[in-house]
Amino acid sequence: MNLIQIRKRDELSLAKERIIRIAAVLLSLVAAGLVIMILGYSPFEVFPSMVKGALGTEIRLQQTILKAIPLVITSLGILVAFKMKFWNIGGEGQILMGALGASYVALNVEGLPKPLMLLLMGIAAMIAGGLWAFIPAFFKARLGVNETIFTLMLNYIAIKYVTYLQYGPWKSPESQGFPKVATFEDYAVLPSLFGIHAGWLIALILVALVYFFINHTKTGFEICVVGESTETARYAGMNISTVVIISMLLSGGLCGLTGMIQASAVEKTLSASLSAGYGFTAIITAWLAKLNAVAALFVCIAFAVLLQGGMYIQISMQIPAAVADMMQGIILFFVLGSEFFLQYKVSLSGKLRKTKEVA
Amino acid sequence: MEAMKAIEMKGISKAFGGIQANENVDLTVFNGEVHALLGENGAGKSTLMNMLSGIYRPDGGTVAIYGREVAFSSPGDSIAMGIGMIHQHFKLVDVMTARENIALGNNKGFFTRAKELSKEIRAISDRYGLDVDPDKKVYNMSVGEKQTLEIIKVLYRGAKILILDEPTAVLTPQEIKRLFRIIRNMRDQGCAVVIITHKLNEVMEISDRITVLRRGQTIGTVNTKDVEVGNLIEMMVGKKVDLAIKKTKMPEPKPELLQVDNLSVRNSENKLALEEVSFSLYGGEILGVAGVAGSGQKEICETIAGLLRAEKGRIFFEGENILGKTPRDIIRLGIRMGFIPEDRLGMGLVGSMDIVHNLILKDYQNQPGILLKRGPCEAKAKAIVERLDIQTPGIHHPVKKLSGGNIQKVLLGREIDSNPKVLITAYPVRGLDIGASYKIYDLLNEQKAKGVGVLFIGEDLDVLMELCDRIMVFCAGRTTGIVNPEEVTKEEIGLLMTGGKEAQI
Repeated sequence: MNLIQIRKRDELSLAKERIIRIAAVLLSLVAAGLVIMILGYSPFEVFPSMVKGALGTEIRLQQTILKAIPLVITSLGILVAFKMKFWNIGGEGQILMGALGASYVALNVEGLPKPLMLLLMGIAAMIAGGLWAFIPAFFKARLGVNETIFTLMLNYIAIKYVTYLQYGPWKSPESQGFPKVATFEDYAVLPSLFGIHAGWLIALILVALVYFFINHTKTGFEICVVGESTETARYAGMNISTVVIISMLLSGGLCGLTGMIQASAVEKTLSASLSAGYGFTAIITAWLAKLNAVAALFVCIAFAVLLQGGMYIQISMQIPAAVADMMQGIILFFVLGSEFFLQYKVSLSGKLRKTKEVA
Repeated sequence: MEAMKAIEMKGISKAFGGIQANENVDLTVFNGEVHALLGENGAGKSTLMNMLSGIYRPDGGTVAIYGREVAFSSPGDSIAMGIGMIHQHFKLVDVMTARENIALGNNKGFFTRAKELSKEIRAISDRYGLDVDPDKKVYNMSVGEKQTLEIIKVLYRGAKILILDEPTAVLTPQEIKRLFRIIRNMRDQGCAVVIITHKLNEVMEISDRITVLRRGQTIGTVNTKDVEVGNLIEMMVGKKVDLAIKKTKMPEPKPELLQVDNLSVRNSENKLALEEVSFSLYGGEILGVAGVAGSGQKEICETIAGLLRAEKGRIFFEGENILGKTPRDIIRLGIRMGFIPEDRLGMGLVGSMDIVHNLILKDYQNQPGILLKRGPCEAKAKAIVERLDIQTPGIHHPVKKLSGGNIQKVLLGREIDSNPKVLITAYPVRGLDIGASYKIYDLLNEQKAKGVGVLFIGEDLDVLMELCDRIMVFCAGRTTGIVNPEEVTKEEIGLLMTGGKEAQI
């Protein structure tokens, strides 16, 4: 006899749906709190400390925003692909290739006015990131090659290639033997706006643009239809290969732009570690945002708080930063897990039966 | 033989979420009787039978098998009690032989015991008049043979109570006759047979008693010999329904709108799905297509619509060869052709999108610029909802949440809205209840009256014969005849479906 009965739900009211989602987030905090307790700390100290660490002072807030910027732009790139059910796991590689493209311009082009220079770097980054995404898109569109493994593998090629450049041909002669690419000249560095580099403005503009693109353009509509059903897309006369390639160029281009911003504004050079896992974290944030560009903005800010708070407790309370990583995992686990409860109803049949018999 | 209660279900209730699929349902089936379970889609037939076969558990009520109260918690329990269910979609392994399929999941020992098994299978076959070669591979079998194998499979497992879910949907009239003979045989041997169906003629022919369900409730159980089709419909629908499909003759001469010439098409497995098919479709007629499922119906529709590449042949639309044109070309060139595909939500519509966006689907290609315009389609959506009486909370409601009939109306509404000259419809009433089906027939007749040429792929021969002006019969990718339904019998069409003889009028 099965004690637990699982049934498919029909329709949930919006209010109920919200309650389940909020419950999932709260439960994930409780679970994370438990783990923190097991590690020997008090969650009632750790959580407030994390919030303080992320938002407490102006500098900390800036640090949080600095983390949110690459996350937002990469999430936008990821969600454009995911809308089409093209599982782009290659954000990391596309970020690095974008950074590579931007760096090539930064290191080799001289004598341009700064705005033009930055524009050129941005374009180079988008092309490089886009091309890196075009490879799996082409093979998917023409030959039906699985994009998940393909994009994942391209990450490692990108990482190793940039590492090679960093240790080899692009190593700066002035770095005294350190494997380091030359630092960008001032004309290749993104300027600050209100204390933080201008990437935040770019991110906000892109959120609006991507939202508009998905919801108000024909191509955006095509991407949504292809994601829902390729058969319907064919029926409606869409050229699926073209749609796949366009959206992947865009997806990779956005990730590439993240690379340019990180290289130009944060690292001020090319380094194999500048993607810092954003390409993967963005998968989580895009998913949690239900592939909605505006929602992604807020989810990314929340995640940046988590990342920054995690770093802060490492310094202030000597708690491993891995705790923050773990919390990301726990939150994702609960939120994705709640999808199950949104679709199915679970009840204990044993109890049900007994009460029925009494009645 | 003494009539014993094989199945006695009392006060059965089952809810899914907020929907009461079964409410206080009673069903009693005796040994040695064929009992038809009749009802429209969504009346709760399948739910009830799934509880009997252990797939679902009832929320309330009792089930007794041979007088013993039972509570199944898995299909295994149900099989152990001698209940065998034959599903609409066969559950067989193609690359295995009949014998291996029977032995699957059913082996008592370690060895396959091929010889003994063959003997046992033959014994069962002889007893019930079934005929299957134990060594034949399933992929070499016809649909009828596969069904027979399914029956042997459950009999081998000791089933005394058989449940057949829509068993005739995929069979030719001849195969149906054969199936009915088998069912009668089983009845005479003392088995209890429950047959789920919505084809009334068959119910009248095969069953001894009928239980009618409507909206999850038992409407009543009647003796077949005491009722007429009209009574049954009234029980099913809850009101009197005029079952005659009106067929209006259109005046000659009819313009030739679509001409298919010597068309051959390979399917995704590179097999010839259509072989040298030729026919013409005229304005103001409904041309029916009959055939066993998978005889090339899907391919002919999709090739005309530009979704499948042809190997050879030509398709003329008002004299212009459109073969090789993609759906995009067809939309952009303004070729006035509507297509209602078989898979409504998988091909014709986007389930998660609302009515407006599903209208945009066919409209946006011809919108200028890069932006998506919703305005014109919103107005259109409102008009279609009103004109076809679509039951929906609003034009921004996801179409997959509508009922089957309303989904079909959205699709048909969109295709009709573009004023097509040719309308291709693949199984347009599949899964629809009686009321919705008749609404669809009316809409098709309306189009015909406007001079549209309608290609109607159907599965119910009775409907095809009533609705269509001509019927083209497919068998294994070839046309075996185009007949006038007023001049032939169902059996003659059945013969053509199996490739009997060429006939032309």
